[in-house]
Amino acid sequence: MKKKFLAILLTAAMVAGLTACGSSADQSSQNAATGETTQSGTEDTADAAATTTEGGKELAVQVGPDPETIDPALNSAVDGGNMLLHAFECLLTVDQDGNLAPGQAETWETSEDGLTWTFHLRDGLKWSDGSDLTANDFVYSWKRVCDPLVAAPYAETVLGMVKGYSEAIEGNLDALAVSASDDKTLVVELDTPCPYFGSLAAFATLSPVQQATVEANGDAWATAPESYISNGPFYMTEWVPGSHITFSKNPNYWNADAIKLGALKFVLMEDPNAAYSAYQTGEVMMIKDVPTEEIPSLDGNEEFYIEPIIGTYYISLNIEKEPFDDVNVRKALSLAIDREYVAGTLMQGTYTAASNFMGPGWADPTGGDFMEKANGGKPYIDTTNFEANLEEAKKLLAEAGYPNGEGFPTISYTTNDAGYHTVVAEYLQQAWAELGIDLEVNIVEWSSFTPMRRSGDFEVARNGWVGDYSDPSNMLDVLRSTNGNNDGKYNSAVFDAAMDASNQTMDAAERSKALHEAEDALMDDMGCIPLAYYNDFWLQSSKITGMWHSPYGYWYFMYADITE
Amino acid sequence: MAKYVVKRIAMAIVTIWAVATLTFFLMNMVPGGPFLSEKAVSPQAMAALEAKYGLDKPLSEQYVTYMTDALHGDFGDSLKQRGRTVMSIIQTKFPVSAKVGGMSILVAFCVGVPLGCVAALNRGKFLDNLISVIATCGIAVPSFVVCTVLMYFLGVNLKLLPTFGLTSWKHYVMPVMALSFYPMAYIMRLMRSSMLDVLGQDYMRTARAKGLGQFKILFKHALRNAILPVITYLGPLTAYTLVGSFIVEKIFTIPGLGGEFVGSITSRDYTVIMGTTIFLAALMVVMNVIVDILYKIVDPRIKLN
Repeated sequence: MKKKFLAILLTAAMVAGLTACGSSADQSSQNAATGETTQSGTEDTADAAATTTEGGKELAVQVGPDPETIDPALNSAVDGGNMLLHAFECLLTVDQDGNLAPGQAETWETSEDGLTWTFHLRDGLKWSDGSDLTANDFVYSWKRVCDPLVAAPYAETVLGMVKGYSEAIEGNLDALAVSASDDKTLVVELDTPCPYFGSLAAFATLSPVQQATVEANGDAWATAPESYISNGPFYMTEWVPGSHITFSKNPNYWNADAIKLGALKFVLMEDPNAAYSAYQTGEVMMIKDVPTEEIPSLDGNEEFYIEPIIGTYYISLNIEKEPFDDVNVRKALSLAIDREYVAGTLMQGTYTAASNFMGPGWADPTGGDFMEKANGGKPYIDTTNFEANLEEAKKLLAEAGYPNGEGFPTISYTTNDAGYHTVVAEYLQQAWAELGIDLEVNIVEWSSFTPMRRSGDFEVARNGWVGDYSDPSNMLDVLRSTNGNNDGKYNSAVFDAAMDASNQTMDAAERSKALHEAEDALMDDMGCIPLAYYNDFWLQSSKITGMWHSPYGYWYFMYADITE
Repeated sequence: MAKYVVKRIAMAIVTIWAVATLTFFLMNMVPGGPFLSEKAVSPQAMAALEAKYGLDKPLSEQYVTYMTDALHGDFGDSLKQRGRTVMSIIQTKFPVSAKVGGMSILVAFCVGVPLGCVAALNRGKFLDNLISVIATCGIAVPSFVVCTVLMYFLGVNLKLLPTFGLTSWKHYVMPVMALSFYPMAYIMRLMRSSMLDVLGQDYMRTARAKGLGQFKILFKHALRNAILPVITYLGPLTAYTLVGSFIVEKIFTIPGLGGEFVGSITSRDYTVIMGTTIFLAALMVVMNVIVDILYKIVDPRIKLN
């Protein structure tokens, strides 16, 4: 009897279960829908508000996955930088032509000796919450960047030359010689002249942050719209981690009248195929992550853009190990590479063959493009004449004591597996086999690869650098004997001396000469093997107007509009 | 029963402790660290970061500190997602994964069980073959293929459904389909074979001989016995599905917990690795206890000791 009852109960449960399945699924999706309705509801209201008050539209773009942080002091990634650019404004900005332009500071001047920089802020600057922004906010923010408890990755890059930096980084923040002589004047004193300090004053790490919100919320201030107070053209109104971050027009921004969009939505996608689908359906109007297998079909498409960024894909040779200590070996390895084929065919034209270490986009101190003035206007490596290069490579290898590669040890090439890295590795195997050299390819997971390369645990390794600002010292510094990023341990007294000279002069012509001398020395020693210049390639709807892309890898949407 | 539950809970705590300890030391043995990037962080900044998160201390001390904090319910701050605690990451992302995952388990169960029964009852006939084909596809086709095919046809070509996000019921259709395909196929196969097994038993013949109706035979006698393997499978399946799938979440841009499992490992975000692992272990243990109890309810012959 009891059993029978149980059986009936079970049957009932099954049936109920079966019917409930449908309804509970319905219900949960309904809940989901209502949950989301409130969400999209607020979005709608925000949109509506934007439409009624500012007449703005929402632009959805994809520039990368969830940023690790969008705290200006902590960010070191380009996708975070793209968001900071829209939320914050530094003392100076970089305009569409790559020149420094007034930002929060209306004017600025440098003392004769180049050691004192004075910035004069605009009138009536405000935070996104409506409170006043003064020079003291910059003093607080810059000192915060030095705070060992904040541990900002870019502290030394952007403030290392400021007087009192070494004490500040030990915890004595007030030692940093940054002060506000009044609410509108910021004075910075440097230890050594820094001709490119203007570029640093436009660098996102030195954005102002509001003391009140940072102190009230700790590290978490930069994770929620309520506490994320900013001073740029947009301010954060929503962040759903792993989904999207929405920035709305900041009515308190000094140039708010020029902002046409009501909102800018960063869709946080990681998968290029997903991004491409969303672009095709029109859900996103610009995507940075285009699947590489689609590139051939996008050739000639007017919505597909390829533009250079300041950065070079290069190969590090471990110069402390034999046979890479021989300059002829290094040159032979370099010349045996058909760069046009690598960049144009293997990398599908998304990279450009590198003839120099410093590619297009770097600003020469005397004005114009650094690359055009390098090596007397000639490329260091003639990438268009591969046959001659290969002959030369064979000759150099023979001079080094390895005719036809005889006696040359088997060498290994270490890389992580992403993008075109493996394809390049396989190509190098073939290319260097022409010289009679055997190459083993060693593919290592990304997180293990970086420490391996840094500790010198490799023979030949993939490497690359993308500039943070367009002063050539930003990338040339990497090859200084003392630099932590000098993975190949290139060590040249001539190079180091030229870099020192470039840092000690405020004279543009002298500085330019010193920097070019440094690159000459590097290329003469073949301290590393430049392979290709980075480009950004992306898809963007022709309906977007008024935006631009900079050689720093940033997309400027603040003055963009959407045409119907 | 109470005694059994207490015993299981004690065992669960030991299991979770063992998982946590093993994970802690294994992840620290892997080369790399959370603060490495392509551009070297200055030694000063690196030292400051390690000091801030206590990574400069000896491993044994870090272990003791972590375990003590974890026992007090403090799983620490994420080392990579600055400003977020591990707890807040789980709290915001788990409900999203659980919602999508829960729906797909329901779909898998509600479609898989009946189809499995239908296949068994029509053994060797067209319907059985058709269901077998579907089941084989479900097992063999990886989820990223399912996702891509769905997205291509329903999203890009027909423009019926949105391709990313979770802002309306329409957004749930594709991820739920993609997530439920494999378990549905698996349940169908399990159900079919165990149903066939049960249908051949003596008591089924007896029931038929007694003149019971087909419906009663199936629901009262066959289904109840045949469903046991499905319940066994449902335990770990639920735990795995609720915490989300890395692939499906990545393709449909769903802000769920699945991505954190893989992402935290590749970025060496130690606290998130620990937090998510302990969370999954706990969920797994709980699901297994529930399955054991369900056994007892479905089949009273089973003794829980």
